[in-house]
Amino acid sequence: MADDPPRAAHNLPPLSLHVPEPRYRPGDTPDFGDIDVPPVGAMVRPSEAAKPDDIRDLSYGLIRVLDFDGRASGSWNPHLSPDRLLQMLRSMMLLRAFDNRMFRAQRQGKTSFYMKATGEEATSVASTMALDRADMCFPSYRQQGILITRGYPIIQMMNQIYSNRGDHLLGRQLPIMYSAPECGFFSVSGNLTTQYPQAVGWAMASASRGDNRIATAWCGEGSSAEGDFHSAMIFAAVYNAPVIFNIINNQWAISSFSGFAGAERTTFAARAIGYGIAGLRVDGNDALAVYAATAWAAERARTNQGPTLIEHFTYRAEGHSTSDDPSAYRAAEEASAWPLGDPIARLRQHLEEIGAWDADRHQALYAELEDLVKSNQKQSEKLGILGHGMHQPFESMFDDVFEELPWHLKEQREQMLAERVAKFGPDWTPA
Amino acid sequence: MTGDTMRTMNMIEAINSAMDVMLERDKNVVVMGEDVGYFGGVFRATAGLQTKHGKTRVFDTPINECGIIGVAIGMGAYGLRPVPEIQFADYIYPGLDQLVSEAARLRYRSAADFICPMTVRTPFGGGIFGGQTHSQSPESIMTHICGVKTVIPSSPYDAKGLLIAAIEDNDPVVFLEPKRIYNGPFSGYYDRPVEPWSRHREAEVPEGYYKIALGKAATVRAGEALTILTYGAMVHVTKTVIEEMGVDAEILDLRSLLPLDIEAIERSVQKTGRCLIVHEATRTSGFGAELAALVQERCFYHLEAPVERATGFDTPYPHSLEWAYFPGPIRIATAVKKILKD
Repeated sequence: MADDPPRAAHNLPPLSLHVPEPRYRPGDTPDFGDIDVPPVGAMVRPSEAAKPDDIRDLSYGLIRVLDFDGRASGSWNPHLSPDRLLQMLRSMMLLRAFDNRMFRAQRQGKTSFYMKATGEEATSVASTMALDRADMCFPSYRQQGILITRGYPIIQMMNQIYSNRGDHLLGRQLPIMYSAPECGFFSVSGNLTTQYPQAVGWAMASASRGDNRIATAWCGEGSSAEGDFHSAMIFAAVYNAPVIFNIINNQWAISSFSGFAGAERTTFAARAIGYGIAGLRVDGNDALAVYAATAWAAERARTNQGPTLIEHFTYRAEGHSTSDDPSAYRAAEEASAWPLGDPIARLRQHLEEIGAWDADRHQALYAELEDLVKSNQKQSEKLGILGHGMHQPFESMFDDVFEELPWHLKEQREQMLAERVAKFGPDWTPA
Repeated sequence: MTGDTMRTMNMIEAINSAMDVMLERDKNVVVMGEDVGYFGGVFRATAGLQTKHGKTRVFDTPINECGIIGVAIGMGAYGLRPVPEIQFADYIYPGLDQLVSEAARLRYRSAADFICPMTVRTPFGGGIFGGQTHSQSPESIMTHICGVKTVIPSSPYDAKGLLIAAIEDNDPVVFLEPKRIYNGPFSGYYDRPVEPWSRHREAEVPEGYYKIALGKAATVRAGEALTILTYGAMVHVTKTVIEEMGVDAEILDLRSLLPLDIEAIERSVQKTGRCLIVHEATRTSGFGAELAALVQERCFYHLEAPVERATGFDTPYPHSLEWAYFPGPIRIATAVKKILKD
């Protein structure tokens, strides 16, 4: 046994180390009654040119538009037309149908990995709708809603998930790490929050060239603890970059609750205050509030008023990924007890409330989207699924390390092709 | 090379001229880093560039290397051609994730949807009493990353031509500048007066645009007795030692470690049958280990003696004892004698 390190002689009681602990673990009955949900209208929408110091309350409150009866009100109400609202609902429902289908495909052994966005659909769909189509998105790994909102073909997403012949990333990336420049969607890294300073760089470039496009980045509350987050915030503040930062505070980072990212001390939106930039805290399950907050931040960025940090207060209703089992670390009823409800159900309720929607039409749309996902899945699987044959030419492994292949990679490519012949014979072609 | 007016430049002036030329030629080029703007850099590499090209193209940054490299990657994705400076190579580590996991892999992971045409300039190497945080030679950390090119000049002429080629390259390049020879080639004798670049032919540099292809070594001295593979400041130290010893060595200045000029190495070692590798970086897993492996794989039947390395020791770079650490004339001469005796 090692000796204790020396201690100072002192009359004070000994120090104690605080290690955060979530309130509820498996077997507990969660009660979120103490989460402060201010009434709709409590937070007043300021001018997009407001000074960050004058709107600090927005970093601590909760911007809401929809009440729990489906009514929209208050100064943040974006007053979207029923068509736009239906478009929003459709994208969120398509995202959920897509997620459910792909999760099942992973369970059926058709791919290695999947991540759902269940309960967080508004934070990517509604925020993307508030941007211009040409604005650049730097997503983390749970923002497939951006692609769906911008009309990226879902079969291409599936091809990527299956790493099949149709995967334009040539099977190089883990499932869901899409790249789609035609949709203003930056290549997903897999390392956390690295996209934050990159988004700032893109925004600085846009500003320095007198462009009108802005950049947007997403990360989780857990990964906001990364140093890259601070790097991005300080650069954005220094250069007044036209960028929107989204923190999706879904309460859980795999098994670590938000307390391990600092949530016991302050809100995530309040981090903006130290940098002197605008911070907004929004009900992430209220699609209209997400839209309104993003539209405010986008207008601010586009008019040279600088960056905004938006905390989307939401809940990760399912596991972190297909590799995760949340029942091992959190109370099973947390999602159903979440005081801010489900984003799709709340938007549907609103559409019904304004008379633009009903149960029959909802059921019909649900069935249509299920069919759309299923038929795309069928087509995609004709191009192959992961682990059932190798779908890419072996030599593609060496392309794109550099623009041109240097001699050492040419040699290694020859070695690999010889190995391929040794194992599969000279006539092998991709499955 | 063009038929341009020649001017005598030290290495700093040549590097400054390369950036000046590229800022003029390509509106997408931006130069950024700690103290590089108004002040012109702690080594003066960017002096005058902000005044000439404006604040949005040459500017100071926060002291945050992760941010500098990460922001440069985002600028590259937009379509710019960023040239960030990391003030000392020793400071690059906070930005290493952005370099290793992002810059180096962006083309690959996105199947060329996005590229990273960034050149990270950074002074490296010791011999300036910089202590353990201003003297390191991290080149083998860079060459171990797949997707990054690593370039090291040893003269003003090469520095300008290689830097222009690096800036025009569509892949990320780490451009390591041997700061000990910014102002003059170093003989390895720290107790002798510094010789300025102005007395050297390699200080005659065209004022305009020219470039030197990445991946081509230079033969500093042709010879038959042994091959010495080296780069950066050690090129000059090695040359001095060889001249003093009167040995007919062939000295190759690799100039670019990745891509590497393997043909020049093979040609030379197969001719001489003996090979010494000289670098200032620590020995274990240093770039010399890669070179030694390549030489034995490709030239084994031509070798008449084991491949030797003269390198820095596997210790942090000591402040007061830096000349005992440095692979100077005694260490190099001892290795040369050993190779020639075997």
